[in-house]
Amino acid sequence: MTHNIQLNSEGKLKHFLTIEGLDKALLTDILDTAASFVNPSDGQIKKVPLLRGKTIVNLFFENSTRTRTTFELAAKRLSADVLNMNIATSATSKGESLLDTIRNLEAMFVDMFVVRHAMSGAAHFIAQQTAPHISVINAGDGQHAHPTQAMLDMFTIRQHKADFSKLRVAIIGDILHSRVARSEIHALNTLGAAEVRVIAPKTLLPAKVETLGVTVSHNLTEGLQDIDVIMMLRLQKERMTSALLPGESEYFKCFGLTEEKLKIAKPDAIVMHPGPINRGVEIDSKVADGKQSVILQQVSNGIAVRMAIMAMAMQHNGASA
Amino acid sequence: MSNIHIQNGRLIDPANKIDSIGDLYIVDGNIAAIFDPPDGFQADTVIDATSKVVCAGFIDLSTRLRDMGHSRKGTFKSETRAAASAGVTSMCLQPDTRPAMDTASIAEYIKDLAEKANYPQIYPIAALTQKLEGSELSSMLSLKQAGCIAVSNALLPVKNLLILRRAMEYAASHDLLFICRPNDFSLSNKGCAHEGAVATRYGLPSIPEAAETIALAECLELAELTGCRVHFGQLSCKRSVIKIHQAKKYGLDVSADVAIHQLHLTENDITPFDSAYHVLPPFRTEADKKYLCQGLANGTINSLCSDHQPHDLDAKLAAFPETESGISALETLLPLMLKLVAQRAISLEQGIAALTHQPAQILRLPSGALTVGFSADVCIFDPELEWQINSDTWQSRGINTPFWGHTMKGRVTHTLQAGKLIFSL
Repeated sequence: MTHNIQLNSEGKLKHFLTIEGLDKALLTDILDTAASFVNPSDGQIKKVPLLRGKTIVNLFFENSTRTRTTFELAAKRLSADVLNMNIATSATSKGESLLDTIRNLEAMFVDMFVVRHAMSGAAHFIAQQTAPHISVINAGDGQHAHPTQAMLDMFTIRQHKADFSKLRVAIIGDILHSRVARSEIHALNTLGAAEVRVIAPKTLLPAKVETLGVTVSHNLTEGLQDIDVIMMLRLQKERMTSALLPGESEYFKCFGLTEEKLKIAKPDAIVMHPGPINRGVEIDSKVADGKQSVILQQVSNGIAVRMAIMAMAMQHNGASA
Repeated sequence: MSNIHIQNGRLIDPANKIDSIGDLYIVDGNIAAIFDPPDGFQADTVIDATSKVVCAGFIDLSTRLRDMGHSRKGTFKSETRAAASAGVTSMCLQPDTRPAMDTASIAEYIKDLAEKANYPQIYPIAALTQKLEGSELSSMLSLKQAGCIAVSNALLPVKNLLILRRAMEYAASHDLLFICRPNDFSLSNKGCAHEGAVATRYGLPSIPEAAETIALAECLELAELTGCRVHFGQLSCKRSVIKIHQAKKYGLDVSADVAIHQLHLTENDITPFDSAYHVLPPFRTEADKKYLCQGLANGTINSLCSDHQPHDLDAKLAAFPETESGISALETLLPLMLKLVAQRAISLEQGIAALTHQPAQILRLPSGALTVGFSADVCIFDPELEWQINSDTWQSRGINTPFWGHTMKGRVTHTLQAGKLIFSL
């Protein structure tokens, strides 16, 4: 299977492309490594010399602020040199192919690509084509995977909930177009969550979604029963114009998370969102900013988790050892 | 023209219900006799076909030879040579050439290129609408007179059913076969994989079966309304086979084919993000594959085609949804058909009929059989010969096949086109 390309011959992480195919021990190792970067007394993240002298290129074919920034911060805390390439507005608009862009950057002696691309499979493609000493981290490819987001969410959950095997997690909203949802589902199932439930109208669910290992509900009131972790997904505005939904207000009425709906879940349930939030579309401000919300912790945790993944991938990449 | 004596082969000719060891005699480019030599026959060339099968040359209903600005993908020379090595003696060329096959001069130019390549017979399919844009009718009669054998809009839609109706009426007026690759564009929605568990897992834009079956149902209704003969190409799913079966039972003059790789691969065989598997219609489920095989075995599906689409390397080097679809498929046509026989999905006779007599019937060509007097289009193959697909054995310029590196069983040893040896191993 192609997924094994993310592991080296000893089964260690070389690229980080998808959660699928990685085992519980490896995911736990990532979470433990991330925890080691956080100063227990003040929550600050230490600067370490692990990747000194290494060059990391943030290769963003799609716009992003939060993900790119936390990757940049993570690289800097690892003492690497970072180059931010916003390809959406440079090379490819001049007609350069994806492969040529990669080849040119390789020639500049980089050690790692952090890739975001609008097409599913782009990170796999780059990992397959790039020179063997270069690691590739998937920062989101099309509708396929966003594995670092899933790991920082697992890290956040673990800060609040001791045991994954007792957790019932609801993922709510646009599952169909969401690479975040796919990666969360794989991560939760690998870590042994008791139940992963997706809640959405049929227009926002992919075909045979249950084969991913989830239960399905089309009703938020029913779906939130017994839930420990609520993961809201961003609803992109353009979905309204493509006849997937009748409109924002009806969506909010059916699937928006309000204080009232939140009460249906377990009293100690936490509320998560990968951002950016559409207040009043998928989530009420009172919930987003409320005491059960861990949304900003997710952002903070992104730095330590991405440091862990980058350090592990670089460490286990044979050619750079 | 020389006299050719093909000796001691297993002659299989489903059209004439022949399956026995014997000899075939060719005089002046035509089949002169089988079993017993014609009076005074003196062979100039003798081909020993011991332990080989001798049958009519294959007739491929859907190919693309590229060229004309796309020669990096394939040329008439490279692709017709590949066809000859695959036992193909006649091939239909889809109209999505560049420019599209919508005027007589382009059809004539293509016929000319084909003649210069000096390999299998090329039958261009005319564009149904100008530039394949689905809005204005092409000059179908002129195209027919220039040598086009049918009309089709290839992979492009005729979204307005009124225009499709008129195009079919006009085609019927000139007794032209309409070849339809059923696909509702709005439902397929730029998808690149079957709508099911695999596309869901890998986040690939997906195509439901209904994109095919709805377009097929519309076209069946229009076939009845207009009286146009319709052939449905490259079916991919169970419900399409059911619809064709019902239409035939009802009495409509329709036929259907399936691309050979659809009978071997399903969504589950796709290596994630390997663009060699990017094909349209997409590989579907095990149940669909099984039903397509049964449809071929029971005659609902008339014929097999390669749906040959060679590509250059660059066309397949990108993220999966951004790669071009299609498989270079001429050279796997015979071994994949024989594999179905080995799997007992079809009989050898059925497999050969689906590559010879059946497509000839669809195109109303006097070929596809070893009938005395027919042009000597003959394929001789060794059903037991094993060979590996690699750059030494492969002829097509496109190496875009999911079977690259595989070992195949069954190989063409000789191909004759109108009595001329155009390939020998």
